[in-house]
Amino acid sequence: MKILVPVKRVVDYNVKIRVDKETNTVDLDNVKMSINPFDEIAVEEAIRMKEAGKCDEIVIVSLGPEQSKETIRNALAMGADRGIHVKTEHSPEPLLVAKILAKIIEKDSFDLIILGKQSIDDDCNQTGQMLSALLGCSIGTYASKVEIDNDALIVTREIDGGLQTIKLAKPAVLTTDLRLNEPRYASLPNIMKAKQKTIDEVEPVDLQIEMQPKVITKKIEEPPKRIGGGKVESIGDLVDKLKNVSGVI
Amino acid sequence: MSILVLAEHNNEILKEATKKAITAASQIDKPVHVLVAGTDCTNAAKDAASTEGVEKVLLAENTQYKNLLSEPTSELLTDLMSEYDYLVSAATTNGKNILPRVAAKLDVSQISEIINVIDKKTFQRPIYAGNAIATVESSTDKNVITIRTTAFETAKETNSNAEISAVGIEKNPGLSEFIEEKVSGGERPELTSAGTIVSGGRGMQSGDNFKLLESVADKLGAAVGASRAAVDAGFVPNEYQVGQTGKVVAPELYIAVGISGAIQHLAGMKDSKVIVAINKDDEAPIFEVADYGLVADLFDAVPDLDKELEKIQK
Ligand SMILES: Cc1cc2nc3c(=O)[nH]c(=O)nc-3n(C[C@H](O)[C@H](O)[C@H](O)COP(=O)(O)OP(=O)(O)OC[C@H]3O[C@@H](n4cnc5c(N)ncnc54)[C@H](O)[C@@H]3O)c2cc1C
Repeated sequence: MKILVPVKRVVDYNVKIRVDKETNTVDLDNVKMSINPFDEIAVEEAIRMKEAGKCDEIVIVSLGPEQSKETIRNALAMGADRGIHVKTEHSPEPLLVAKILAKIIEKDSFDLIILGKQSIDDDCNQTGQMLSALLGCSIGTYASKVEIDNDALIVTREIDGGLQTIKLAKPAVLTTDLRLNEPRYASLPNIMKAKQKTIDEVEPVDLQIEMQPKVITKKIEEPPKRIGGGKVESIGDLVDKLKNVSGVI
Repeated sequence: MSILVLAEHNNEILKEATKKAITAASQIDKPVHVLVAGTDCTNAAKDAASTEGVEKVLLAENTQYKNLLSEPTSELLTDLMSEYDYLVSAATTNGKNILPRVAAKLDVSQISEIINVIDKKTFQRPIYAGNAIATVESSTDKNVITIRTTAFETAKETNSNAEISAVGIEKNPGLSEFIEEKVSGGERPELTSAGTIVSGGRGMQSGDNFKLLESVADKLGAAVGASRAAVDAGFVPNEYQVGQTGKVVAPELYIAVGISGAIQHLAGMKDSKVIVAINKDDEAPIFEVADYGLVADLFDAVPDLDKELEKIQK
């Protein structure tokens, strides 16, 4: 089995971003960037499948500027085999990402594609689902457990009401949820080894994809600020305020 | 052309999230039609037919739609979309699972979790865990949109009865099969529609200690929620998680107990009307958004709160 894991370079989850009021954009200068946490879970899941003898090759793909190579290297250091870097100026909208991934899969077939359920910058939660539509294959979103059962996958999904288990035909697209696994740290020897692994470069034009977005961002603003910081001295005080000032109990 | 809303229901009535999606749809354009898909769901279709703003209900009754699996449901929606300009649903796990698959089949982008309709083509949506609001404009004729339920009112019940018509069934692509669902449910209100929520974090130390919060929740008619750390530690099941990557809630009253207030947690609850925080660390970021912060050990404060509420009840 061959697995493709798309990864995205995003603002680190610990960073509270700032909106630049003059340019109406998110200020990304000197901000720490990392692999999208859900994608890291996807890489880990693929590696576990390989360690269990269920997978022969793990390929990492990332779209973005030159620095996306670092993100690919991180995944290679965790244990993936090789990388593909699709060079784009910034990260395109999910539909375009899905189209590019579909082209890559057309050239080099995969049995399983594992993505993060959402990227923590644009919070779209779309790419995996869109990719499954373009490939005409099955989709298992929000996976918290995956078992391989010959030509099928048994996937447990985190849904609003609890957990749902479904059986999917292969090839399949999966998207990860937080409880799927806990990603490993890359060891120093593996970080050194990853430097030798190949990363192929691809341009969107090579894939004959027109990079025209269908949704345009007009403006980015700061949300209205919540004024908090109020304190109470005791539970008695709290209950009194909730009842007599706010009227919520 | 018109707007199609994908309904979620329990066979008898529509989910509240769907009634909010109907409100959002009515703000975008008219007429609004609703697709009710499943088995034995004529009552849910009737509920849709008497919801304000709904002009027609499409009913697709077939076992393949029973659990709204993405593959067959997106097939049906893609086919129906030849007659519609917009497809709208709540940003529930079903909506988020199904709609992007339809969007890709229609070769359009999806606009996720809108919180505001500016005009027919312009919407606002939170990005970066709600730390920025993007105004986005669609350039396509057809549009696929999910809505954040906390940003829209529930559409009301009316006396009118919209027409209900059965729609053709698409061939099941047969790529997926439902095995089982484990839904905890219970007596308590659902997190996303509760007026009051009591949430616990890592500070709770164990699943057993959540009983302290349940007792308080019982007295307030509240739902119980949690931080990711509490779910990861196995104190409570995944469906309790509030936050950027869990459920987004905005109740009248949100009580955060033993929760530090990480960006990802705040993203899911900072639009609550009144926020209470109980935490022993006076520098915990949760206090920055709290209307009423109490610096205390929760194992003293929560039982005290429970007693005070009991007094009020009497
Ligand atoms: C990709 C990603 C997605 C995420 N999504 C979410 C999400 O959707 N929702 C979410 O909540 N988090 C999410 N997180 C996790 C988030 O970053 C935090 O780690 C998490 O919210 C912390 O949970 P906590 O506040 O319960 O735990 P901690 O940060 O450990 O805080 C525990 C708090 O309890 C207090 N405390 C301890 N003992 C007591 C006591 N006896 N009395 C009073 N107070 C006490 C402490 O002072 C502390 O403030 C996500 C993280 C990532 C990377």
